[in-house]
Amino acid sequence: MKHIYNELIIKRDSCFRGNVMKTILYIIIKEFKQIFRNKGMLPIIFVLPLLQLVILSNAATFEVKNIKFAYIDNDKSSTSRALIEKFNASTYFDLLTDFPSEAIASSAMLKGEIDVVLEIPRYFERNLQKEKHGTLGVTINAIDGAAAGVENVYITQIIQNYNKNIRTDLAQISDAQIQPITIETIPLFWYNETLNYKTFMVPGIFVLLVTMITLFLSGMNIVREKEIGTLEQINVTPIKKSQFIIGKLFPFWVIGMGLLTVGLLLARLIFNVPMVGSLALMYFYTSIYILVVLGIGLFISNFTDTQQQAMFIAWFFMVIFILMSGLFTPIESMPKWAQIITEFNPIKYYVEVMRMVMLKGSGFMDILPQLIKTLVYAIVMNVLAVWSYKKTN
Amino acid sequence: MNKVIQVEGLTKMFGDFTAVDAITFDVKKGEIFGFLGANGAGKTTAIKMLIGISNPTSGNATVAGFDVLTNPNDIKKNIGYMSQRFALYDDLTVKENITFFGGIYGLSRKRIKEKSEALIKELGLEKVASQLVGSLPLGWKQKLSFSVALIHDPKIVFLDEPTGGVDPITRRQFWEMIYKAANQGTTVFVTTHYMDEAEYCDRVSIMVNGKIEAMDTPKKLKEQFQADSMNDVFLKLARG
Repeated sequence: MKHIYNELIIKRDSCFRGNVMKTILYIIIKEFKQIFRNKGMLPIIFVLPLLQLVILSNAATFEVKNIKFAYIDNDKSSTSRALIEKFNASTYFDLLTDFPSEAIASSAMLKGEIDVVLEIPRYFERNLQKEKHGTLGVTINAIDGAAAGVENVYITQIIQNYNKNIRTDLAQISDAQIQPITIETIPLFWYNETLNYKTFMVPGIFVLLVTMITLFLSGMNIVREKEIGTLEQINVTPIKKSQFIIGKLFPFWVIGMGLLTVGLLLARLIFNVPMVGSLALMYFYTSIYILVVLGIGLFISNFTDTQQQAMFIAWFFMVIFILMSGLFTPIESMPKWAQIITEFNPIKYYVEVMRMVMLKGSGFMDILPQLIKTLVYAIVMNVLAVWSYKKTN
Repeated sequence: MNKVIQVEGLTKMFGDFTAVDAITFDVKKGEIFGFLGANGAGKTTAIKMLIGISNPTSGNATVAGFDVLTNPNDIKKNIGYMSQRFALYDDLTVKENITFFGGIYGLSRKRIKEKSEALIKELGLEKVASQLVGSLPLGWKQKLSFSVALIHDPKIVFLDEPTGGVDPITRRQFWEMIYKAANQGTTVFVTTHYMDEAEYCDRVSIMVNGKIEAMDTPKKLKEQFQADSMNDVFLKLARG
């Protein structure tokens, strides 16, 4: 009896081998049908990320603008008024308020009504004329250290431009005194000449868009089949693990590439971000990058029992990946141990590559280190995903 | 000797709890084998080991001539399975579900087309063939599940409480389908709570707390336990 069965199996086996691609195709078709039939998910896949791109690219800026500026003019001379007029004319400073005393200005700063107080001492004009130097008091709210630094530079520049003989005394931050500028630097800004923040942010933001959607979709996918019980039905079929995983991954890979296309179009049409490098290179790198994300997603899917668990774990990784990607804060300024962690962050490489290729026009050889690391990452994650998917408990 | 399922001392433990305790039995080709037991007696766990999705803690079993431990994938080519829980895709249509599972089992496109037309006709689902399965009543879904489990003409089909929650008429129709499959040579391994259904089986085993306490034809079991119906046999055994 056993004998006959074995013979039958051998016949069937050869038939199965020819059907490997076909089997995968059946899964792919099924996945696409389910994705496009899910009226709740479609807008989430395509509309939300694009809204995100539009909103974040405009809002997430490090430029320090609209500084709430106040002054205490104890001198009330033509020199002091002219100086204040300089601040008034600057586009960075708003809401000029005149405070009669330092105490009142301090309490306004406590309430958060003002960011910067410029205090002009009595006899400021007289000292400047007679002794050829004057001193000004500047108080800056330094809770956001980075912004305070930028504000300090702006203020010093305005004052220096007004009169090179004035020294500012920066209260509370430090007592380092800014020396009169004797060496003038003329900066040349490469690749983003106008220092347009959007040019810098847009490539990074749509890295997020591609990553988030593909990670969440793949992370929830197999878990969902576990929840509704269909995975068990799949597991009693002779389908191979790799066939199943490939069939599952492919539709999300296509969606990821679709998102990249939409993102690139928007970057060009809405944000006018220059596209210096090769589009083909961008697509090539992205096609490998998405495999990393999908591998991570499926890996999460295999180790969780409910979509809720999968979602929380995906979010946990997503938050770490985003904050440590160099998208918002430069990796160079992170502590050493954190920099080592970022080596394992796929988003970091994608942000780098996107900015390099889009803005600098870097070529294949320039992004080769990132490309190799991403490729290795993709292989490792997908092998883990296939390995951790168990048809038998 | 046409034994398509041979089980010897099959055991499954979850920690300290023995869900299936050294069960031994065999099933002949073409037989309708009723696998009875109260809720929690260990029926589903035993089935999961036989269909190769759960590894036994100890013991041996061969299904369709293949060992459950070493050749689960060969077993899977030769069996069909219908789980307790409805496990087709609610968001696919009747036709799409049949096509998908046919495709997964490696049927040719032509064969899938023939099969799905025949199945839909047989089940009388022509009018709803292009409707999402989620919108069908439970009885229809169950019949469809059974047909899908048979799509690749398996040697053995495992049915885990196929008629749970189904009305008496549909139950009757369901058993007609089971008989039809058995007449065509398919071995049917079925679990149920309904003792009237146990009477339809060629042979039944009754499982209590992970052990098989009785196994024979319904007629002989009734004689052995001096009972009028399988219901009485079951109550006598289950009460201990």
